[in-house]
Amino acid sequence: MSKIAPITVNVDEALALDKYEVDEANAHIEVDLEGDLEEFLKLVRVCPAALYKIDEEGNRSFDYAGCLECGTCRIACGDTIIKKWENPQPTMGVEYRFG
Amino acid sequence: MAELPERDFEVIVIGSGCAGAVAAYVAASAGKSVLVIERGNFAGAKNMTGGRIYSHSLKKVFPDFEQEAPLERKITHERIAMLNSDSEMTIDFTSPVLAEEGKDSYSVLRGPFDQWLAEKAESAGAEYIYGIAVEELLKDESGAVIGVRAGEDEISANVVILAEGCNPILSEKCLGNPRPKASQMAVGIKQVFELPASTIEDRFLCPEGEGAAMLFVGDCTHGSVGGGFLYTNKESISLGLVATISIAEDGSRNEVPVYQMLEDFKNHPAVAPIIRGGKLVEHSGHMVPEGGYNMVPQYVFDGCLVAGETAGLCMNMGYQVRGMDFAVASGQFAGEAAVAALDAGDTSAAGLASYKQKMEGSFVMKDLQTFSKWPHVMEEWDSMFNDYPTMVAEIFNAMFSVDGQPQQPLMKRMMPIVKKRGLFKLGGEVRKAVKAL
Repeated sequence: MSKIAPITVNVDEALALDKYEVDEANAHIEVDLEGDLEEFLKLVRVCPAALYKIDEEGNRSFDYAGCLECGTCRIACGDTIIKKWENPQPTMGVEYRFG
Repeated sequence: MAELPERDFEVIVIGSGCAGAVAAYVAASAGKSVLVIERGNFAGAKNMTGGRIYSHSLKKVFPDFEQEAPLERKITHERIAMLNSDSEMTIDFTSPVLAEEGKDSYSVLRGPFDQWLAEKAESAGAEYIYGIAVEELLKDESGAVIGVRAGEDEISANVVILAEGCNPILSEKCLGNPRPKASQMAVGIKQVFELPASTIEDRFLCPEGEGAAMLFVGDCTHGSVGGGFLYTNKESISLGLVATISIAEDGSRNEVPVYQMLEDFKNHPAVAPIIRGGKLVEHSGHMVPEGGYNMVPQYVFDGCLVAGETAGLCMNMGYQVRGMDFAVASGQFAGEAAVAALDAGDTSAAGLASYKQKMEGSFVMKDLQTFSKWPHVMEEWDSMFNDYPTMVAEIFNAMFSVDGQPQQPLMKRMMPIVKKRGLFKLGGEVRKAVKAL
C-alpha cells in the first residue's frame, strides 16, 4: 500500500465557510468504496476538499456534501472506482461568493 | 441565401464564464436571439480563478472595461519565488510597461466578474436561465447538434456554443472528444483571506489600487510538478497552488494530499507573514487544463462550437499563467462565427469554419503552438521543483551569512554548490527548458 503523509489540517472547517445547497436526496458522485485501494488513495491525495478519507484502520469514506465540483476525481479515477459523476441537480451544490 | 430551420433560438450558449458570456454578448449584439444556460444560481457561482486576467482580449470586446468591470487590482508587481522547506528567494519586478494599455492585467474574483459579464450579455439582449445544467446535446439524424436538453426541457437552436468549463462532460459524452488525461490536467486549490487594502499595499510595496501577482516554485508542492500562486485583490489575497493530477495522485512520487500541501505552504516561514491576520473567507477547488496545444480537442462541429477551457485553452508557463484571455478571445470568435454562419444560412461545420480560422490566425492557437513542448519538459524537470530551490538556498546562505570565521572568496564558496550537481547537467537542463519556452 502506498502512503499518505500525516494530515494536520481540518479541511471541513474551511469548507464550513463556503456556501452550499446540499442535495440530501441525491449523490451526484458515487465511488466504489470496496474497489482498488490504490485508486482510492489517489482520490485521498488529489481531492481539494478532502472528501475521500481513510482512517488508521483502513476504513474508507466519502461524503459528497462538501464537493467543490472541480471534477478532479473524475479525471483521476473516472475509468476505475468513480462510478458516477454528474453535475448536481438544479440549484444544488457549491456557490462561490468570491471564486 | 439558404433557409435555416425554425428553432427556439438562433444561438444557445452553455455556461456563462468568460468564453460563454462573451460569445452570448457578441451574438446578441449582432441581433441574434440568444439563450444562455448557466448551471450556477448566478454567473460565477461555480467558477474559480487564481486569478489574473490579461486585458488585451477583453478590451477588444469591451473598450470601457476599466471603468465598468469589477476589477480588483491592476497588477504592477510581478513576483517569482523559489521555496525550499525553510528558505525563499523572490524576484520582485515592477515597471510602467506592465501597466500600459493593452499590456495591463488585473486580479479578479469570478463571483463578481462573471456576474458583470452576464449583465453585459443580458443588456445586449441575451436571455438567461440559471441554476440548471444542460444534460445532453440534441442531434438530428445526420449527427448535427440542434439543441439541448436540460431536465425535462428540450430547447432547439441553430448553433450551440459549448463553454462548460474545464470538466468537459458534454464535450465527451455528446461530441465524442476524449476525456483529458490526468497528465494534462492540474488540480487547483485556493483560499481567500480578507485584509485591509492598506495592509495589502504595504506588504507588497504597491501604490494605492495596484497589486502584485506571485508565483512560487519548489517546496509548495513538496516536489510535485506544480506551484503556488498569490494574487492581491482589493481587500483580500487569493493564495493557492496547482499540482499536476497524474503526479499528485501517484504514491510513488507524492504522498501529500493537495489540501495538506496548501496547509504546509501557508505555514512556510516566508508565506505565513503575507497572510498574517487575514480572515479566511472561502476555500475553493478547480481544475486547470495544462496539456497545452496537444490537448486541444476538435472544436468545430455541425451546429456546435467549443470555446474556453472546454477547448483546453490554457497555458501555464511557470512564470506566466493564462486562461481567461484565451477564453474571452475564443468566446468572441465563436460568437462572430455563429453570427456569420446564421447570416449565410449554413450552420454546418463548414459554415462555422471561420471560428477555426480566427483561432488559428490569432494568438490563441499560435501561442499554444509556440509553447507546445513546454508542458512535457516541465513534467520531466524534477530538479526544478526539488534540487534548484535547495541549490539557490545554499548559494545565498553562502553569500549572505557571516559567522566571523575568515571568509573564502565568493567563487570558492559558490563553485562547490554548483559543481556537486554537475555543471553540464545543469546547463543541459536549463538549455532544454529555454528552448521550449
